[in-house]
Amino acid sequence: MKAKHQRLTLAVLALVALIGAGLLAAFALKDQASYFYTPSDIATKNPEVGTAIRLGGMVEVGSVKKADDGVTVQFVVQDGTARQNVMYTGITPDLFVEGSGVVADGKLDADGLFIADTLLAKHDENYVPRELEGIDMSSTSKVEDTLVQ
Amino acid sequence: MHAYANPTRFLALAKPLTAWLLVGGILFAVIGAGYGLFFAPADRLMGESVRIMYIHVPTVWLSMGGWTGIAIASIMQLVWRHPLAAVAARAIAVPGALFTAFGLITGSIWARPTWGTWWVWDGRVTSVLVLFFLYLAYIALANASGEKGGVSRVTAIFGIVGAINIPIINRSVVWWNSLHQKASITVSGSSIDNAFLWPLGFTVSGFSLIFGAIVLMRMRAILAETKIEARLRRMTAE
Repeated sequence: MKAKHQRLTLAVLALVALIGAGLLAAFALKDQASYFYTPSDIATKNPEVGTAIRLGGMVEVGSVKKADDGVTVQFVVQDGTARQNVMYTGITPDLFVEGSGVVADGKLDADGLFIADTLLAKHDENYVPRELEGIDMSSTSKVEDTLVQ
Repeated sequence: MHAYANPTRFLALAKPLTAWLLVGGILFAVIGAGYGLFFAPADRLMGESVRIMYIHVPTVWLSMGGWTGIAIASIMQLVWRHPLAAVAARAIAVPGALFTAFGLITGSIWARPTWGTWWVWDGRVTSVLVLFFLYLAYIALANASGEKGGVSRVTAIFGIVGAINIPIINRSVVWWNSLHQKASITVSGSSIDNAFLWPLGFTVSGFSLIFGAIVLMRMRAILAETKIEARLRRMTAE
């Protein structure tokens, strides 16, 4: 009986130490393990012009402008506090819509414009059937749709 | 629990239970997947690709549930010396690894049309890949331990230590900016519309029952193997 209790105490202590260590490590990784910078991060950390960074946030509603060449888009990524102008040339993912999440690889130019090489769409945790949202995806270009959040 | 420490008593229960779990699981999974594929609506943004969810969510849930099972069994092995605990942990490892691989593959297929890429090294995807490698390491360690049907104490300790990855996977989308979205189903409710939620509930329960059936099958196979080994050893000794 006594040996069993000893093992139980040992196991509980080991578990507590393990969880503590794991939490500390995860917390220390907070900045390094993040997949992207938010516009606020860029504003506070001031990354150098030309260094490769990844920017993530929401596409500001009404900010997407298509250039005349048809493949270049300019838009604003915001996180509620800061805004960042982004330019991307290429095919945008299906889920790239105003008011939705986006993650872009690229770098800042001298004027503070973010030049994106790749663009990934970030889906949020809401799953809504098409019928309920009342958006006809076939008739209009997605970029022009204004999503009511 | 110690009532089932006797393998004969355990086997008498496990044999009919395996069949029930398997039949029930297949029934639930077929209903859920069938409804999800043919009748559930398309998502407002993702369109038809949302249907991968009915396979992706259950497999990833079981990959995490599987390791949680290994950790609980490992504690039971180390603290209470339950004779079936190590057998159970060993039985979970292979289907656990398989379901993790399914989760990663379905996630990758889903990511291509949704995010625009097959793979990203964000917190969620990377921590699940680590879980897959942990399973492989556990299987290697269990196979090398050569304990009668069970696993060595080092393997059990590895099973407990590896469990630290489970809360990390769960929290990865909260602690770190990630491309993977945050949890849809939380204690405060679900942000998945009911039209998607019902078939998802069916596939999650169905896959869970099938997983349970596989684990029981493997436990029975491991016990049968040890019995054969013991008999062979007795025969050569005579």
